[in-house]
Parts: sequence; structure tokens; C-alpha cells
Amino acid sequence: MARDTRAELRLLARDPLLAVLLAAIAIAVAVFVVYPLVRVLLASFRVDGVWTLQGYLDIADRRLYRNALINSLGVGALVGVASVVVGYLAAFVMTRLDVPGKTILHYVTILPIVSPPFVSAVSILFLFGFNGLVTRQLFGIEDFSIYGFHGVVLSQIFTFAPIAYLSLRGVLASISPTLEDAALNVGATRWQTFVKVSLPLSLPGIAGAFLIVFIESMADFGNPLVLAGAAFPMLAPQAYLEITGSFNLSRGATLAIVLLIPSLTAFAIQRWYLSKRQYITVTGKPTASSSKIVSTPVKWLLWALLVAFALLVAAFYAVILVGAFTRVWGFDYSPTLAHFAYVFDVGLQSVKDTLIVAIITTPISGLLGMLIAFLVVRRSFPGRATLEFAAILPFAVPGTVVGIGYILAFNDRPLLLTGTLAIIVLAFVFRYVPVGIQSGIAVLRQIDPSIEEAAHNLGADGLTTFRKVTLPLIAPAFFSGLVYAFVRAMTAISAAIFLVSANWNLMTVQILNQVGSGRLGVSAAFSVVVIVVVLIAIAIIGAFVDRWSRHTTMVRHP
Amino acid sequence: MTDPITITGLNKVFTSPDGGTMAAVKDVTLEIGAGKLVTLLGPSGCGKTTLLRMIAGFEDPTSGDILFGDRRMNDVPPNRRDTAMVFQSYAIFPHLDVFENVAFGLRLRKLAASEIEGRVERVLDLTGLTGYARRSPNQLSGGQQQRVALARSIVMEPRVLLFDEPLSNLDAKLREQMRVEIRELQQRVGITAIYVTHDQIEAMSISDEIVVMKAGAVEQRGTPHAIYARPVNRFVADFIGKANFVEATVRDASTVDIAGIAIAVADMPTRPAGSAVTLLVRPEAVRLSCDAGVLTGTVRRVMFLGNLAEYLVAVDGVGDWLVDCPNPAETGLHAVGEIVRLDPSPSSLHVLPA
Ligand SMILES: Nc1ncnc2c1ncn2[C@@H]1O[C@H](COP(=O)(O)OP(=O)(O)O)[C@@H](O)[C@H]1O
Ligand SMILES: [Mg+2]
Repeated sequence: MARDTRAELRLLARDPLLAVLLAAIAIAVAVFVVYPLVRVLLASFRVDGVWTLQGYLDIADRRLYRNALINSLGVGALVGVASVVVGYLAAFVMTRLDVPGKTILHYVTILPIVSPPFVSAVSILFLFGFNGLVTRQLFGIEDFSIYGFHGVVLSQIFTFAPIAYLSLRGVLASISPTLEDAALNVGATRWQTFVKVSLPLSLPGIAGAFLIVFIESMADFGNPLVLAGAAFPMLAPQAYLEITGSFNLSRGATLAIVLLIPSLTAFAIQRWYLSKRQYITVTGKPTASSSKIVSTPVKWLLWALLVAFALLVAAFYAVILVGAFTRVWGFDYSPTLAHFAYVFDVGLQSVKDTLIVAIITTPISGLLGMLIAFLVVRRSFPGRATLEFAAILPFAVPGTVVGIGYILAFNDRPLLLTGTLAIIVLAFVFRYVPVGIQSGIAVLRQIDPSIEEAAHNLGADGLTTFRKVTLPLIAPAFFSGLVYAFVRAMTAISAAIFLVSANWNLMTVQILNQVGSGRLGVSAAFSVVVIVVVLIAIAIIGAFVDRWSRHTTMVRHP
Repeated sequence: MTDPITITGLNKVFTSPDGGTMAAVKDVTLEIGAGKLVTLLGPSGCGKTTLLRMIAGFEDPTSGDILFGDRRMNDVPPNRRDTAMVFQSYAIFPHLDVFENVAFGLRLRKLAASEIEGRVERVLDLTGLTGYARRSPNQLSGGQQQRVALARSIVMEPRVLLFDEPLSNLDAKLREQMRVEIRELQQRVGITAIYVTHDQIEAMSISDEIVVMKAGAVEQRGTPHAIYARPVNRFVADFIGKANFVEATVRDASTVDIAGIAIAVADMPTRPAGSAVTLLVRPEAVRLSCDAGVLTGTVRRVMFLGNLAEYLVAVDGVGDWLVDCPNPAETGLHAVGEIVRLDPSPSSLHVLPA
């Protein structure tokens, strides 16, 4: 062990660039990931300038906070299960069945991923709110309230089922249908084949998807803020309200830690699962996706269910689109451009700010993700596992916790950053880099290291190898890292809401403010702008990565 | 241009995450003459790749020295060693076409575009890839990919060429053809080369010298002929070609006894009479016939292989021997159960030193 560390240090000494790079990354991760968390932790033990456990005792004591914890956990678990069911259905149809319209179904199903996480909440208000199209206009119900448990759960399922879908799709695609054929061949019935072969093989993937959705749901801020209502407290919005409403930083910090613990636990379990998972290397061409394990009627039933879900998603977005052009929803359905006029007049600053933040965040986060993945997989250095863990950690840290951490950590000299563009960009870069890192690691592990060694052998130094060989080879991961960073930077709210200022404001915060003041039309118009920008950006990033990598074996969605 | 390579006391110990250690290369000392092609031969897992990777600079030796000429290379990073390696998996850059693959290293040297073009074309020509310059690697056959890997290495005109089982993914025909080409190419350009393989035929056909390895250590080095005819121990004898081992006792300076029968051995080591030795009898060193021979046996199995017949013969008082007889179509086959006489050729017998 000791000798290994010494050998690693010797290697570093021989590659000073690598050493400098590593030191820079390690310091940045320590300052912008670990340090803010430490500050939240410290603040949670400090009430009125005294070290105490009082904060936690209060939370155990007071009904409001106890309920917030229970509600958040309950919603997280339920949304996790429901999202996995929907996601598995969708993934199964996509990877196993020969049905029409798969491409369009795919894109509709993942639409929620590229929009702000609470767009569905706004849709739900349009449809089921006090002046909702369905509740009020269609059925004339007067006393229905969408606020509370059911509203949040409904909205979150729409928001997070696509995430479960994408992750399960990868899992199912990696299980060869020939295994199912083999089971049928030895006489298993279709149902036995599914229960004894397909399901057990996808079980780790299912658990992983559940945990990811659980983490996302716990951390979700926008949907609860819009739809939970006062009678149904939840942790993330409660922490925010303590800080902005009651200026009680300590209570906010304590709630943040309480929020952090289940998320970190789920994250730890998920990592453990991943580490246990044997890699099923995908070899050759994807196997023909016509599975025999469902009978024809069942096939069409599953397809119909997925179509129904996709139609609902489409309806939600149609409502947003219509709402953005409707004068006063519920009263006056005449068309108008007034909401967009507002967005590009009063809201123009936030549109620009959001774009600036996203455009700065995306390349930094994308490159950093690939670089860290490369270093972690291909280089040995002391503390490698620790660096990987710390760099991926923000994935499990709810944005609310990050936001509170950043205002605690960067409010004083020498790290006085509050109110600046930098604090938003830094928060976003480090929050959204883990997805790039993880996909980079996954792709790199499947690439023969001797390809990079060949470059090295032919005279390329470490950085040249990375630039000329590694990066083009991991183009698919790089692309998804870039897209993820951009989408998230455009749609983030939970951490951002603590970090925006008069100088730097974001569209998502505007959307929430408009919802808060009842101007649903304007919030819908903002949402439309965000979605359109994101779609354009994905196309541009795709074209850019394509052109620059010329990577012919790149795997694409269907 | 090209350099001899000197390796002294080289060791490599891998440490596994659970703290266990594994000595992959043990105390290897070797000298490889300038312009020579030396093969590292041994079973899978014996440390050939590890040794080669230390020479290329991808692994750090645990101890020992590597010199190119008189320059100690231990602390020189791989990109400054001026070696060119042909990887077992070829490691062709999948995102670059054939031309760019071959030009990769030259571009890094910032050579003039015209010079790069000239050198790449010449090497593509040499490796029979003319006309494939703009192909993407995944449009090439295995043999062509192998040539790209080769071209990419030799275009660098490196001080040292390193090959890690470059032919193991090819089918038998192509393998034979490619090894001839590699040998000719290496001699033409005259670069010091180290060639790793676990295939003894490949090793014998291509090398100036063979280094036989076992469990991280060198067992024997020598010309292909010396290794085959005068192996130092059972392992080497067995690894290079087929072998029958016979327990024998020394009778005098030119004869041994097996099962009480005197057998003449041309090249006897000096041993006191009566000492026990192991005699190596290559299958083709025995003549099989119905009438003439010092030993008697019964045919137990016959395999007709076209150019030769391979027999398993139960030799009276000795045990089972493999015996190869050339040109069976001409001489006819002995049947199973037939009693035969065996006549070992004295000059082909070898008494193992150990
Ligand atoms: N990076 C490594 N870590 C641990 N053990 C290794 C590593 N590389 C090789 N080994 C071990 O060292 C031994 C020699 O490996 P190698 O040099 O690849 O053998 P060969 O090329 O002769 O088949 C093997 O037992 C192998 O498992
Ligand atoms: Mg090997």
C-alpha cells in the first residue's frame, strides 16, 4: 500500500501537468463541493451563536417539521415506485416490442427532462387548479383542491418517470433478448420467462432507477412549492421558507441536513448496487428487438398504455403552449401575445442572464466531467477514489442544501461571491458535473486503454492524448454531459433561488414568481421560451459534437 | 538510429487492492543487440506483456534498469522513449481514417505536411495498404487493421519496435503470411525489435533469438535452433515443440541406458557413469519400421496429418512415445496394434542438463 502510494507519487512527479491539474481539481472540489456542505452542517448545530442540538430537537418536536420529513419521504417513495413502473413499461416497449411510433414516443416521453422540473406543476394548475380546465370548466367542480399530496405526486411522476425510463432503457437494452429466447426454448411460459429471467436481470437496474427518482423527488423544490400548499409541508420548500421568510438560517440549515440524510443514504445504496453490477458488455450490433415473450394482445395493451402516458405528457405541454397565448386562463380564452411581450420586456434581463449562465456553465461542466472521468479511470494517483466520490457527491445533494451551503460559505471575504454571476455558475458547474463524470466513466471503461497508450507511444503527452483521442472516443458521453449541463442550467431552481440577485436573475425563478402572483400565462410563456431554447441548444450541441468527433460508431437513440 | 537494449535485474510486482502481491516479472536480465529481432515466448500469464510494457514505459519497474544504448530509460515517459508498439488489439484510433492513423505520430512531431504525406504513402505502400488511405478502420479486415497498426509504428522510424502478440487475432493462413512480412520488413529497416508471442512456431520462424519465459522469469535464451535442439529443461523442451521425456542412466561418454538398452547420444554432457538423467526424444527423431531398431513397441494410435503421420507407440519397458513419420502417403501407415521397431537418431537426442 505504502509502496503503491510512493509509486503513484513518483508517476505524478514525472508528469507535472497531471499533478497541477489534479491539484486544481481537488482544491476546486474541496472548496465548491465539500466546504459548503460542511458549513451547512456546522450551521445546523448553531442556534443563536451557541453550539447546540436544539435545532434537531425542535424538528423532532414540532409537528410542522416532523410532517415535512414524513411527507417528503412518503412522496419520494411513492413517486419512485410509480416512476419505475411507468419507466419500465416504456423501456420494455421500446427495447422489446415491435410496435409503431417508437421514435416519437421516445421523444415525447423524455420531453419533461428538457423542461423546467415544475412545468408539469403549472400544467396541473391550468387543468386542475381553482380555475382549471378540467375541474372547473369541464366538470364544474367548485370545491376541489389540487394542492397537497396528490398534486405533488402527480406532478412529480410526470417530471421523473422519464428519468426512470432512460435509465431502465439502458438496462433492458443490455440484456440480450436471446436469454429470453433461451428460456422459452427450454419450455418456460412467457410469464415464467418474464418473472424468472427478464425481471431478475433488470432488478439491479430497477433498484437503481428507483433510488435515482427517490433522490430527485426528495430534492425537488419547484413542484412542492407550487402544489404542496400550506397544509402539506415538505422539507425542501420548508427550508427555503425558513430562510427567506423567517430569516432563520440555522433552522434552514438543520432542515437541509435532515433532507440530505435520506438522499445520501439512497445515493450510497445506489453506488453500492452499481459497484456490484457485473458489466454486460454490449457486443456487436444490437440484437433485433422483437421479443417473443409477450403475446400479441399483451403487446398492444402495453403499447396502448405507453401511448396513453405519452398523450398525457403531450397534453401537459399543449396546455402550457396554449396557456402562454391565452389572455386569462379560466375567464378569457382569447389569444394574446401579451405574456410573451412581458417576457421579452420586463423579463428580458432574466432571459439574457439565464442564457449567459447556461452558456458559460455548459462547456466548463462538460469538459470537467470528461476530464475527471478520464483521470479517475485512466490514471492512478493517491486519493483517486476520494476524488471520484466527492466529485459525484453533488448528484445526491439536494439543490436546496447546495443553495444554503453557498450562501453560508461564500458570503465573506476572501470568498465573497454572493450576488455575482460566478456563484451561480460555480454552483451549476459542480452540481451538474456528476452526470458527465458517470457517463464518461461508463463509456471509458468500455474503451480499450491501449488505444490511448498507442497515442502515448506515438509521442502524444497526456493532454494531447486526452484532446485528440480520448475526447473524440467518448463523444457520446461528452454530448450527454454537455446537454445535461445546459438543460439543468436552463431549468434549475432549487439551488439557484438562493443565489439569484438583483444583478443576476434566472427565468426559472421568474416562472415561480409569476405562479406565486397568479400570472400563470406569463409563467407559461417563460416555460415555452425555456423549452424552445433548450431544444435549439440540444440540436446545436449535437451538430457540434458530431462534426468535431466524426465518431462513426456513436450510439444514438432510436 | 537503432539501439541495443539492455535490461538488468528487472522486477515488477503488482499490488492488488486487497493488499496481495503478484510478481509478474522476476529478475529479468537481457541484452538485445541493435537491429535484432528477439521474441519473448511463454505461456499466457508468464509476464511477457508486462515486460514489454515496461520497455515501452507503460508500467513502472518495481526495480531494475532499462537502457536503450547507454541511456537509462526508467524515468523517461512513454511518449519520449521513441519506441513504437504494435498492440495485441491493434489499438487503431477508430475516429481517424487509415491515413490519419498512420500520420498521427508524425503530426505530433510537427513535420511538414509534404513530408508527412510522403512518409505515410511510402509506408502504406510497404504494408500493402495503398488505396486504403481514406478508409475508416471499421471498413477493414482483421489483416488490414493489423497492417495499419504495423504501418503506424514503422512510419515513426523508432529506435525500438515492440510487438505484443500482433498476429493472435488473425486466422492461420494470414498469420503465416504476416509473420513473413513482419520479418522481412524488420530486416529491411533494421530496427531493434521485441516480439511477444505464445506461439512457438511463430517465434521460431521470425526470431534471431528466442527468450523463453515462465512465471515471470527467463528460462532460456538462444537461437531458435538452440532452443529447440538443446533446451535447458523440461519446460522449455515441452513448450517448444512436442517432446518425449525418458528417464535414463549414463553408461559412458556417448551412450545412455533406457530399459536396459544402450542408446547412442551424439552430444553427451559429461556425467559420471550410472547417474540418472532425462533424455529428450523429439517425435521426429525416431525412425519407425517393421524390422530395424533398438527398441520395440506397439502402435496404440495413428493420426494421419497429411504431411506426416503421428503415432502413439507403447515402447516396451519405457512408456508411451509420440513418433512422427514424414510423408506417410508414400511410406504407408502402421496399423493400431502392430508391433514396430524404433530407432532414435543419436544426433537428435538431447540429455537435459537438469
Ligand atoms: N495491472 C495489473 N495488475 C495486477 N496484475 C497484473 C496486471 N497486469 C498483469 N498482471 C498479472 O501479471 C501476470 C503477467 O501478466 P502478462 O504480462 O499480461 O502476461 P502475458 O502477457 O505473458 O500473458 C499475470 O498473472 C497477470 O494477471
Ligand atoms: Mg499478454
